[in-house]
Amino acid sequence: MVETPLLERPKKLTVENLSILYGDQVALNDISLDIRENEIFGIIGPANSGKTSFLRAINRMDEMSDDMLVRGKVALDGCDVRSWRNVYALRSRIGVVFPLPVGLPLTIYENVALSPRLRGVRNKVELDEIVERCLSRAALWDEVKDRLDSLGSLLSGGQQQRLTIARALSQEPDVLLLDEFSIAVDPVTTMRIEDVLKELREEMTIVLVTNLVQQARRLADRTAFFLGGELVEVGMTEDLFRRQVKDQRTTDYLEGRFG
Amino acid sequence: MSSFRATELDRRNQRRERWVRGLFLVMTLMLILPVLIILGTLAWRGHSVISLDFLLSFPTNGMTEGGIFPALVGTLWLVGVALVVSVPMGVAAAIYLSEYAPENLLTRSINLAIINLAGVPSIVHALFGVGAFVLFFNFGTSILAAGLTLAVMTLPVVIVSTRESLQAVPQAFREASWSLGATRWQTIRRIVLPNSVSGILTGVILEVSRTVGETAPIMFTGAAFFLPFLPLGVGDQTMALSLHLFTVSTQVPNVPEALPFGVALTLISLVLILNAVSIAFRMYLRGKKKW
Repeated sequence: MVETPLLERPKKLTVENLSILYGDQVALNDISLDIRENEIFGIIGPANSGKTSFLRAINRMDEMSDDMLVRGKVALDGCDVRSWRNVYALRSRIGVVFPLPVGLPLTIYENVALSPRLRGVRNKVELDEIVERCLSRAALWDEVKDRLDSLGSLLSGGQQQRLTIARALSQEPDVLLLDEFSIAVDPVTTMRIEDVLKELREEMTIVLVTNLVQQARRLADRTAFFLGGELVEVGMTEDLFRRQVKDQRTTDYLEGRFG
Repeated sequence: MSSFRATELDRRNQRRERWVRGLFLVMTLMLILPVLIILGTLAWRGHSVISLDFLLSFPTNGMTEGGIFPALVGTLWLVGVALVVSVPMGVAAAIYLSEYAPENLLTRSINLAIINLAGVPSIVHALFGVGAFVLFFNFGTSILAAGLTLAVMTLPVVIVSTRESLQAVPQAFREASWSLGATRWQTIRRIVLPNSVSGILTGVILEVSRTVGETAPIMFTGAAFFLPFLPLGVGDQTMALSLHLFTVSTQVPNVPEALPFGVALTLISLVLILNAVSIAFRMYLRGKKKW
């Protein structure tokens, strides 16, 4: 199979002049970029540079909080997310993995079966099949297959994070957003999850926010560098790490001479 | 070695630590003391009257003899009506305030109003009950009017405690559920409510304890000093334990001394039993707590 060159693939997410404000505080200032199909798009940058806010704008989580204001446009498959009349359908197409693993206070089985249930899957056989498939793909099935009825929140941090990935996969998402997923995960599990992500790239578009510069290097096709709410630059990850950058600050950050 | 020896400052801190600890212990014991004295006195002076016959027969001879059956039944009626009204209303209001209401002036005003409502004296609630339920809605003096008055009075307790237990459920759970595409209600029903039941139950326990003991709000709205029959529905008047205690203690001459103590002991036992059942249920739920 010949892979289509990245920049010739259709745009999965288009972001135009996106600004995000919390009250008077600007979290993200006038960002424009696009993310291609089946790409792992890395976003790096220090704390408070607007990375998480960027993810929240994509699945319209700003509507669930009173003080977050979003200006500009985010489009999924060319269609402005604001114009989706059914925000729940929009969110169900976008999987999210949070920094600290959030195993919902349900059994392992129910954590993964929740999203299919929400979209109306009732058949037990079908649910069993989805649960097994998603847990397997998140590299967790072998560890939990004998205790699917125990609580998801009792798993270790690394297992819970894989559980949340399985849960996100159960949505059958087009886009997977990962927000610093490895913060509470040991290095071995991190590597296993990274392998999972490389496989998932075949089927979906992945936006990977990370604090670890090397993680972006290992995984991302392209990488964007956010700093203080500004998009400093976007480029092919290889180029950025070969110092083919437009802005000196990017090299400084990548080489750890920063902050 | 000298660095391990206690300095004057260390010794002073240790003395202060012991002193403060002792002070708090004394305060705690002083709180328990009245409870023990009350329970002890009631048990000691009232236990001789308590019997199955006392609980299950009508008062006789101008309420100086006989039992308390109609008052016991009446109290259960009143608590029942109050719970049926205030729990669904209070929980619904709390869910709205905690899960739906935007953070604005109106919401803050409502919250403030609820806290103030909790501070309104019960006699004022009684007068409100007379005006609203007995007269305006024309329920007359009845179990319905009295139960509704009790419900209004205890609503703030239910709302505040329910709201607090809803807010004790971590926000991260809601966000995770929303990002799966769940609506607010799906999130509440599947994630938030199952994890706050034990807290909501605490509010109900508090409400029951208050409702059983209240006298003023039911005096003018539905409770009678003496009725020779049991209430058959919410339209009837009824006797109630709390009012009966007031009556036999102060309003009726020649009551044997043990009788009021027996009534009080029954009342307090009823509260304790209801609380014990609720607490047991709560512990059972908390045992299944999921994070």
